[in-house]
Amino acid sequence: MDETAATKKTPLHALHLSLGARMVPFAGYDMPVQYPAGVMKEHLWTRASAGLFDVSHMGQVTIRARSGKYEDAALALESLVPVDILGLAEGRQRYGFFTDDNGGILDDLMITHMDDYLFVVVNASCKDEDIKHLQDHIGDTCEITLLDRALIALQGPRAVSVLAELWADLAYMKFMDVRHCRLHDVSCLVSRSGYSGEDGFEISVPADKAEDIAKRLLEHPDVQPIGLGARDSLRLEAGLCLYGNDIDQTTTPVEAALEWGMQKARKTGGVRAGGFPGSARILDELDNGASRRRVGLKPEGKAPVRGHAKLYADAEGKTEIGEVTSGGFGPSVESPVAMGYVPVSCAAPGTPVYAEVRGKFLPVTVSALPFITPTYKR
Amino acid sequence: MLKFTEEHEWLNIEGDVATVGITAHAAGQLGDLVFVELPDVGAVFSKGDDAATVESVKAASEVYCPLDGEITEINEAITADPELVNSDPTGAGWFFKLKLKNVADADGLLDESGYKELIG
Repeated sequence: MDETAATKKTPLHALHLSLGARMVPFAGYDMPVQYPAGVMKEHLWTRASAGLFDVSHMGQVTIRARSGKYEDAALALESLVPVDILGLAEGRQRYGFFTDDNGGILDDLMITHMDDYLFVVVNASCKDEDIKHLQDHIGDTCEITLLDRALIALQGPRAVSVLAELWADLAYMKFMDVRHCRLHDVSCLVSRSGYSGEDGFEISVPADKAEDIAKRLLEHPDVQPIGLGARDSLRLEAGLCLYGNDIDQTTTPVEAALEWGMQKARKTGGVRAGGFPGSARILDELDNGASRRRVGLKPEGKAPVRGHAKLYADAEGKTEIGEVTSGGFGPSVESPVAMGYVPVSCAAPGTPVYAEVRGKFLPVTVSALPFITPTYKR
Repeated sequence: MLKFTEEHEWLNIEGDVATVGITAHAAGQLGDLVFVELPDVGAVFSKGDDAATVESVKAASEVYCPLDGEITEINEAITADPELVNSDPTGAGWFFKLKLKNVADADGLLDESGYKELIG
């Protein structure tokens, strides 16, 4: 992170400071890494009650076909992602990723079918390049607009009851549903999704109303503010990828174990198979397998194994086989947890491997992901 | 004699042995510790060497050896329960005892008021 770069502020910046947050530069923004409660308590609070996260640094983008037709916007975006967008029902959201010509991942994103246009959320660190990518490839047929809105995630088992008590009973929404609704007389776009492994909502609000909405939520006794530190440990336990750590241009969707993000229509034999950047390699890997795989890693001891730790087949560190991409301590599983890449021959859960930590080779067991059981309301 | 380093270690020096830990300020900055790795008894360090590692949920940090010396005792209680470092950093949360090579070197460290000034 280049700390000399001008840091941007989200609409909730002043609120974070008033709540005593410790701020850090993240993806060009000055963001709360933790509040006075600390990462451990924030993490456990989110799993037990409801945590409020400021994710306004992420990019909120609309894609509208110049023809005005959803189908044209959907087909245009399908030229950049291996995801079935045409078949996405109205008011439904889907996870996806931009790929490059080598099959690498340029960014991951959430894609929503609004009535006649697409609403997508992209990572803060990639949003400028994503916009350019969209402009360069589908800008002739679609209007690409970066919205000036805040994004608040309310995550955890109490999120639904908190929203019902304050403004709107959204219990009828299923996981990955998206609806317009009014919260505190503010027109919001609410999705039942998030990145914590918990039931929860992401609420897109006009920037000038964000602090008001966030404060109202924080007044509820079940809600606490949660920083980037706990966001990271929550998503790691949930086995969710962080762009730039677990996935990037050097990893393909199949290597990253993200095949579930590619629907039948876009795979070999599907009605709109291929037609996205890197499709030759990605479809080949789907059909025949990739040589390496993202897996869960459970260190046997108490020492956390962090990102960039090298993985070995043997306890002497003779045969290097891969690398940890994210790792830390999982407060809910009460032990260290990690993710990383290993050859497919080592990818079966239960396979013993070794991670190098401060010159020692610590035993680690390849593990199924996620480390916790998600509580999404399907 | 209580001394402090600019790297947030404290030393309680009795004779030529220093009991070493991290300050309450440092423990607060690190957050809840989940893992502590201590040196071996008998290990010889120079001032500034990595002597121990502490890990919070989000990051690992080194604890430096505050002066030249040899480790004579380690506090196994904090490897079993790293939370002790957060709850009682200057008491039950001590890290190790160090037989100092040269006690006079401690004169170059901060005293309590100097350390308080450092952390503001």
